[in-house]
Amino acid sequence: MKMRVKAMFPPGHVRTPFYLRGKTGVVERTLGSFPNPEALAYGHKAEDQTLYRLRFTMAEIWGAAAENPDDTLDAEIYAHWLEPA
Amino acid sequence: MPHDHADHLSPSGHPYRADNDGPLSYWQSMEIAIREILIDKGVTTPAEIQAQIDAMDARSPADGARVVARAWVDPEFRARLLADASAASREMGYDIGALRLIAVENTDRVHNMIVCTLCSCYPRNLLGLPPDWYKTRAYRSRAVREPRAVLAEFGVRLGDDVTVRVHDSTADMRYIVLPARPANTADMDEEALARLVTRDSMIGTGLPKSPAP
Repeated sequence: MKMRVKAMFPPGHVRTPFYLRGKTGVVERTLGSFPNPEALAYGHKAEDQTLYRLRFTMAEIWGAAAENPDDTLDAEIYAHWLEPA
Repeated sequence: MPHDHADHLSPSGHPYRADNDGPLSYWQSMEIAIREILIDKGVTTPAEIQAQIDAMDARSPADGARVVARAWVDPEFRARLLADASAASREMGYDIGALRLIAVENTDRVHNMIVCTLCSCYPRNLLGLPPDWYKTRAYRSRAVREPRAVLAEFGVRLGDDVTVRVHDSTADMRYIVLPARPANTADMDEEALARLVTRDSMIGTGLPKSPAP
């Protein structure tokens, strides 16, 4: 399943790396539900969010500047940061 | 005059570390205040805090090395480790707390490497404290941008037929690399194999040692 990381840039405690915003990856595995750290960090009531492990190619992340286009990067991204691609 | 470090160099030629005479930072003061309040209220005790520090300091890469060696000699354990590394570590008797661990396996076609670009996430409950370089901005930014160049600086040169998989620990999981078993180790037992497993080989910036010829 392909998913795109939303290209949004909210302030505050965010655990979606900047370099993956707007990038498309495939779901490597689903990790379960975890309290949203963006609320947890401020002591707010944190809704559970499904956490996905997405795999991106270096070509997708870095374009022509990729060191080796077929190498990959996996990262954990919460559901509210993802949209279908 | 042994205490007059006029040249500011130790006998080994290194500069002496400055005394930490500066004022406490805001967060240092906050940590001390909260710790003292928790002790005053009877929530914890100084002995409990010290015991926890001792437990953390006692963890070391040797724990992870024994897990890796078990996976090398026991195919069923290897399968359980790759399915659920937390459960497999507990099965070997390691008290890893709430650590949610994923093991990623190196083969002759895949090399895995772990980083936390956001901060310093590391499987401390199994491997102990991370090396200082793991927390530097240089490693954190370069590992995802040019992992092969970083690996080469660590002495790991990979062919074009090997795919590099970088794992950025961005959330609730922690990662350990299951390195490939070195060649010429068929006659070695689990304990001897564990001594070949280095900390860096479990981060993915190194390879296990080769057996002595």
